[in-house]
Amino acid sequence: MSGTAAPTRARLPGLAPLAEWGMRHRVFGTWLALAALPLLLPSTALATSVVAYGLYALGFNLLFGWGGLLSFGHAALLGGGAYATGIAIAHYGAPWWAAIGVAPVAGAGVAFLMGVLAVRTRGIYFAMVTLALSQCAYHVAYQAVGWTGGENGLRGVNLREVALPFGMVLDGLDPRVRYGLVAVAAGLAVAAVSRVLDSPFGAALAALRENEARARACGYDVRAVRLLAFVLSGAVCGLAGGLLAIHLSVVPVETMHYATSGLAVMLAILGGMHSFFGPFAGAAAFLLLESAVARWTEHWPLVAGTVFMLCVLFFREGIWGTLVGWLRR
Amino acid sequence: MTAGGAALRAEGLGKSFGGFRALSGVSAEFRAGLLTSVIGPNGAGKSTFFNLLTGAFPPSEGRILFGGRDITGLPQHRFARLGIAKSFQITAVFPRLSVAENVRVAAQALVSRLDFWSHRARLRGLEERSAALLARVGLSHRARRAAGELAHGEQRALEVAMALAADPALLLLDEPTAGMSPEETRGFMDLARALAGERTVVLVEHKMKLVMGISDRVLVLHHGELLAEGTPAEIRADERVRRVYLGQRA
Ligand SMILES: Nc1ncnc2c1ncn2[C@@H]1O[C@H](COP(=O)(O)OP(=O)(O)OP(=O)(O)O)[C@@H](O)[C@H]1O
Ligand SMILES: [Mg+2]
Repeated sequence: MSGTAAPTRARLPGLAPLAEWGMRHRVFGTWLALAALPLLLPSTALATSVVAYGLYALGFNLLFGWGGLLSFGHAALLGGGAYATGIAIAHYGAPWWAAIGVAPVAGAGVAFLMGVLAVRTRGIYFAMVTLALSQCAYHVAYQAVGWTGGENGLRGVNLREVALPFGMVLDGLDPRVRYGLVAVAAGLAVAAVSRVLDSPFGAALAALRENEARARACGYDVRAVRLLAFVLSGAVCGLAGGLLAIHLSVVPVETMHYATSGLAVMLAILGGMHSFFGPFAGAAAFLLLESAVARWTEHWPLVAGTVFMLCVLFFREGIWGTLVGWLRR
Repeated sequence: MTAGGAALRAEGLGKSFGGFRALSGVSAEFRAGLLTSVIGPNGAGKSTFFNLLTGAFPPSEGRILFGGRDITGLPQHRFARLGIAKSFQITAVFPRLSVAENVRVAAQALVSRLDFWSHRARLRGLEERSAALLARVGLSHRARRAAGELAHGEQRALEVAMALAADPALLLLDEPTAGMSPEETRGFMDLARALAGERTVVLVEHKMKLVMGISDRVLVLHHGELLAEGTPAEIRADERVRRVYLGQRA
């Protein structure tokens, strides 16, 4: 959480230090969660989804929670990375490291193109411009059938083998291997995001969120800081998209749909936009609930909407933010 | 910069909002190392003048010269990096950041803005600078609080510390004492006087009485135009100024 100095009150012995530890070692804590996730969740596939969407929400929150900018166009960044990885594998048979490597580059590239236009605006206009631009990206993906498969989605994103140094080759079709790949990539990205938040740029971003006019008067170029935040957010979300493509073996065109943009907003708020781990927790809660609810009703969106509303009304800091708040009290 | 030379010069500055001329044809010189006050009744155009001088928006007409260089129309963050700092009429701090971080991040703007890979703690001297400035404005005991939790007068003091963070050659303050207690106001005026010994200070103030004792030069704005300019004694004796400030004898 930002530099807020919380007043000390009576603490629950034992649990408050745990919360403090988690906040001080947010990267290591997240790594532990990544290691434990497949053991805690009913299926490895679900765990993989949680990690990919958790990373997506984390990347989104770099802009939203830390930068104070609400984008409704992040589907284009997730989709950009997903298609880049998908095309690399399906069209070019790229090895795993190249297929994953192009995803953040593509996400950052799409983000740069969107950001150059979007950072001139703020507030609701920023949300609208990013939404409009992502709809353009959706349209391109829909039309470029030769590359993306159009409305049928990009099929055949099959990563058959994961070749490691010293001649080790893992079976890319084994869900556990995929989880490992996705979790390691996400774990590195999480460390990178944490590092960005601790950087001078991270401080500038927080200042901008708190008071734009003052930040500008201090000498910060508001547009440059925002554009960089958007591009970095795009790199993280692009990577998440690439990991999702490998996980699903397909890139549906819906990846680019604006509902996917809305999902990022929802996951971040559900988990807690003011905490580092919140977006991950939001993704875990959302997907777990979805898989449970989908078993007895087809009205999942209704349930999701209700849960989200309740959360916004009663847990302003999201599931994770509220939990940490309780522990530290 | 030697005292007496022009640190900042306004040449025929004017600003229109729609059809309304908030400021017109103001030419003035702010000499280095002096404390110059800009006074005038409500709506005289003081804040507009202030905003033009700090680059918040470009003038409709005229030029701004800083150390002889034409800086008219530069984006505001460039003004700040050239060494022109300001405090706002309406308090503007970073409410959820700690008081110490408010000043630290203000100082950081001069040395590192887009470096997203190194650790901010590795920027040498910023934390020390922040602590020293907080001591100077009397906020050391509040360093770890969130800035939004401070009392109004304390936030004003914090603003000054933030404006000083970049060690500006020119410091502009827009009604810094608005909302301060008489005691805080007195302390603040002492601080402003002390600051003028090290850098050029421009003080925008609505209350004439406050600035007369500490200013080297005084500019009087009225209806968007420069009414008078001179030493406090000259301004006090000026018949037109007396008329504008009817009943508010200095
Ligand atoms: N952005 C704006 N759009 C339209 N009119 C404006 C704008 N800013 C200021 N004005 C008008 O310009 C005139 C001068 O305003 P300004 O804020 O410069 O006065 P001031 O001398 O600072 O007054 P005060 O002592 O109340 O702070 C006022 O009549 C004001 O209504
Ligand atoms: Mg004013």
